[in-house]
Amino acid sequence: MNAAWEVVIGLEIHTQLATRSKIFSGAPTAYGAEPNTQACLVDLGYPGVLPVLNEEVIRMACKFGLAVNATIAKRSIFARKNYFYPDLPKGYQISQLELPIVEHGELFIKDADGNDKRIGITRAHLEEDAGKSVHERFDRHSGIDLNRAGTPLLEIVSEPDLRSAKEAIQYMRKIHTIVRYLGISDGNMQEGSFRCDANVSVRPRGQQELGTRSELKNLNSFRFVEKAINFEVKRQIEILEDGGKVVQETRLYDSDRDETRAMRSKEEANDYRYFPDPDLLPVAISDDYIETVRKSLPELPDAKQQRFVGDYALKPGDAAILTANRLLADYFEEAARHSDAEVRLIANWIIGDLSAAMNRDGIDIGDCRIAAADLAGLVDRIHDNTISGKIAKEVFEAMWAGEGTADEVIETKGLRQITDSAAIETIVDKVIAAHPNQAADYKAGKNKLIGFFVGEVMKETGGKANPAQVNDVLRSKLGN
Amino acid sequence: MSASSRDLHAQPLTQLAAGLSRGDFSALELTQALLARIERHNGSLNAFVTVTVDEALAAAKRADADRAAGKGGVLNGLPIVHKDIFCTRDVLTTCGSRMLENFVSPYDATVVERLADAGAIMLGKSNMDEFAMGSSSETSYFGPVRNPWDTERSPGGSSGGSSAAVAARLVPAATGTDTGGSIRQPAALTGTTGLKPTYGRVSRYGMIAFASSLDQAGVITRSAGDAALLLGVMAGFDERDSTSVDRPVPDYVAGLAGSLKGVRVGVVRQHFDAGLDEHCAAAVREALAVLESQGAILTEVDLPNLDLSVPTYYVVAPAECSSNLSRFDGVRFGHRADDPEDLMDLYCRSRGEGFGAEVKRRIMTGTYVLSAGYYDAYYLKAQQVRQLISDDFRHAFADVDVIAGPTAPTPAFKLGDKTDDPVTMYLNDIYTIGANLAGLPGISVPCGFVDGLPVGLHLVGPHFAEESLLCCAHQYQQLTDWHEQCPGDYR
Repeated sequence: MNAAWEVVIGLEIHTQLATRSKIFSGAPTAYGAEPNTQACLVDLGYPGVLPVLNEEVIRMACKFGLAVNATIAKRSIFARKNYFYPDLPKGYQISQLELPIVEHGELFIKDADGNDKRIGITRAHLEEDAGKSVHERFDRHSGIDLNRAGTPLLEIVSEPDLRSAKEAIQYMRKIHTIVRYLGISDGNMQEGSFRCDANVSVRPRGQQELGTRSELKNLNSFRFVEKAINFEVKRQIEILEDGGKVVQETRLYDSDRDETRAMRSKEEANDYRYFPDPDLLPVAISDDYIETVRKSLPELPDAKQQRFVGDYALKPGDAAILTANRLLADYFEEAARHSDAEVRLIANWIIGDLSAAMNRDGIDIGDCRIAAADLAGLVDRIHDNTISGKIAKEVFEAMWAGEGTADEVIETKGLRQITDSAAIETIVDKVIAAHPNQAADYKAGKNKLIGFFVGEVMKETGGKANPAQVNDVLRSKLGN
Repeated sequence: MSASSRDLHAQPLTQLAAGLSRGDFSALELTQALLARIERHNGSLNAFVTVTVDEALAAAKRADADRAAGKGGVLNGLPIVHKDIFCTRDVLTTCGSRMLENFVSPYDATVVERLADAGAIMLGKSNMDEFAMGSSSETSYFGPVRNPWDTERSPGGSSGGSSAAVAARLVPAATGTDTGGSIRQPAALTGTTGLKPTYGRVSRYGMIAFASSLDQAGVITRSAGDAALLLGVMAGFDERDSTSVDRPVPDYVAGLAGSLKGVRVGVVRQHFDAGLDEHCAAAVREALAVLESQGAILTEVDLPNLDLSVPTYYVVAPAECSSNLSRFDGVRFGHRADDPEDLMDLYCRSRGEGFGAEVKRRIMTGTYVLSAGYYDAYYLKAQQVRQLISDDFRHAFADVDVIAGPTAPTPAFKLGDKTDDPVTMYLNDIYTIGANLAGLPGISVPCGFVDGLPVGLHLVGPHFAEESLLCCAHQYQQLTDWHEQCPGDYR
C-alpha cells in the first residue's frame, strides 16, 4: 500500500432475511424454484393490490440492531423509491429512507496492530428485493423472473471507518457471522443472500476532507470485495498521482477480468423521488417489544469468544476461529463436554484435521461426518495413551471415511499402542543389535542418533509403541 | 314479464329488498327487468363500460335458489353496478383507460367480494374518468358519460357512470370511489345520494389506486337509508389493506332512526363566498332551514385554510398517482406498444398510447413535485398544509356534530365546457376535497333544483361518524322528496 495515501471505505451490505414468506406478501421465499412460481399478485404489482408488512422482518431487524448495539427506532417508516425497470413490478421499490428501523450501531474489528477498532454502523433499513432479468434462453428478448421480487432485505450501511480491503473483509465477515448467529439470514453468497456494495475513496494521508468516492457494485464474495477494493484503490491513486481527478460514479466489478468499470451514466442517472409509502402505516415499536427481542438473543460471537478464552483457556486466535461459526462453536463445546482430555487438544483437532477434511471435501460443519462426541472419543484415546498422536491421524481418516468410532477403528485395525515394557525392551534389544555402529557412535557422544533408534523401533512396531516409553528404554539400554 | 315487474326499476334498494323477501318478485325477474332497461338506455348515457348479462342472470338464479333454501345474505338478489375501478374476477376492469382496455382481473376487490357474499348481483361495470382523474366523466377512453337530467351535460365525476346509472333508474345502487369528491360531486349533479366513508372504513384492496392516502370506496344510491344498508356490508377491517381500520361496524340501518333535535350543524362561512352559484346557495340555505326546523342548531364555523385545499390536493394526489401508475409499463399486463425497439421505446410508447391527456398531466405534475430540489417546496409543503386543513376540521368539530354546505359550486355543466381549462375543472371539487385531505366521511343528498338540474347538500362528520351522518341525511330525506325525483326520460 502506498504510504502517502489513506484509503477510506464504507460498505453497504444487503442481507436477505430468512423469512418463510415475503416482506409484503404471503408468497414463499424459497430459492431455486421454476421462474415466476413464487410470486403472487402483490409481488407482480397487479392493479389494486396492497402490501401488508410481514412482522417477522421487524423482529429480525430488531435482533440485528440489538446485536450491534444500535438504536431501534420507536417509529420507522417505509418509503417508495421510484424507478422503471422490467424486474421492478410496481415501478417503485418499497424501502426506507428517513426513519430507518436501526441506527447508530457499531462493531469492533482488529486493526493492523491487533488492537480493537470500532466501526460505526450508520443504519440498517428494511426493503424489498427486485426480481431478476433473464437474458439467456431468449432470442432478442429478455425473460423476467419475479420469484425474488418482494424478498426481504436488510441493508446495513457502515460509516466510512474502514481503512483497507483487509479491514473491509474483516467487518463484512463479522456482519456475516452475526446475521447467521442471530438466525436472521442464511448468509448464502452464491444464492445472493449476502452481497455488498463498497464506497471507496483515497485521500492524502493527514487530510481531513474525504476524497471523491466511487461505488463498487456486484460484490458477491469476500474475495471479490477484497480484489475490487484493491483494484479501485490502485486505480484512484494512479489517477491522482497523474494529476487527474476521480469522478464520482458507480462502477461494476468484473470478476473475470478482475477490474472495475464505470456503468453507463444512463444506468445511474436516477432521481428516485422517494416519498413515504401511503399504503403502509408507520411501524411503531414499544420498549417491551425491544426487551422481549433482547431476551431472545443468542450468545453473540464476541461474547462467546471471550468466554472460550476464559472458560477453556483457549488462545484468542483459536477462540476466534471456533466462534466464527455458531455451529462450529457448538460442535466444539459438545466435544469438550464429552471428553476427559485437555480442551485445547479438542480445539486443535477441530481447527486442524477436522477443518482440513471439511475444506477438502467441501462439507459444512452442519453436515460434518464425525459427530462431536466421536471426535471427543478419538482425542480421549490419545489422552489415555491407547494410541499415539500419529496413529490418531490414521484413525481420524478412517472415521472420516465412515469406518466407525475411534474405538472400533483401533480395534479393527489393531492400532492399540504397545505399552508393555517387556515387549518394548525385546524390540529395543533387537534394534540395537542390528545397528552396532550407530550404537557405538551414540555411546561416543552422538546423542542425536536417539531419533534414529526411535524411528527404527517405531518401524518395527508399525508406529504402535509408546514413544515416551521407547525413549526411556533406549536411553537406559544405550547407557546415557 | 309480469305487470308488477315492469316498474321494478322505480323502487329504491330497501323497497326491493322487502319485495324480494315477501316473494313479490324473484331476483331473476328483477335482474331481467334492469338488464332490459340498461339495454334500452345505456346508449344515451354511456354509463356502463361492461354489462355482465350472463353472470348477472346466473347470480340471480343462485340468489333465488338460496332464498328458497332459506339462505342468502342481507343483499340477496339486489342488483348493483361496480365502478370500473374495482377489480372483478374474470370480468373486464378498465379503469376508464385504454391502458386497461383488455385487462381481466384474476381476483375480486374486497368491496366486490363482500357485496357478492351478501348476495348482491353485479349487473356490470360503470364508466368513469380515466383512473378516476376528473370531475366530469369525460376523460374516459370509452367516451363521456351523460347526465340523465340533460344528456348534453356531465353527470359529474369521476364516478359519473355510477351516478348516471342510479339517477336514470338503471340500477338501484352503485359503488364509487372518492379521492377528492368523486362520489359526492356526481351524486350532487345527478340528484342521487353519495356517501364517502372515513378513510380506512372500507378496504381499498382491489380498488385500482389513484392517490392512496385519499382514495376511499363508497356508494351512490337513491337514499341515505339505502347507503346505510350497503355500507354495513362493505365496511370493516381487511387484513389485506394495512390502512383499513380494525374497528367494529355499527348497525347503520338501525342508526337511521335518530333525531335532528339538538344536532349542532356547522355552516362554513367560506362556503358561501363568491364562486358558489347563487341559486345553489339558495337551495342549500333552504335545506339548512329544514334541518333547523327539526331542532338542529345552526352554528357558523370557520375553515380558514379552505382555499388551500385545492392546491394542496393537486400536489398530493398527482404525487401519489405518478408512483401508483408506474406499474402500467406494458410489461406484465395492460396495453403494450407494438414492436418496441428497446426497453425505453416499450415504456414510452406503451404509456404514451395507453394513458389519456389528463392522466399524463397528473403524472407529470406528480413527478415534478417529487423531484430532487422541488420535494420540499411542493410535496412537503403540501403535507404541512394538509395537516393545517385537518386541524381546521378538528377545531370545527369541537363545536359542531356535522358541517353542512354545498357539494359543488354549480349544477351539472355542459359536456366540453371545462375540458380545456383544468383549473376550472379542479375548482369543482373545492367543497369536497377537504374531507379527503382530512380523511373525514361525507355525504351528498339532493336538496333542490336549479333550472331543472339537481343541487346537492354536503354533510361532513368527524372520523367514523358515518352513523350520525347517515342519520342526519335520512332524517332530512324523511322531510323532503328531492331524492325521489326522477329525470323525465327515465321514469
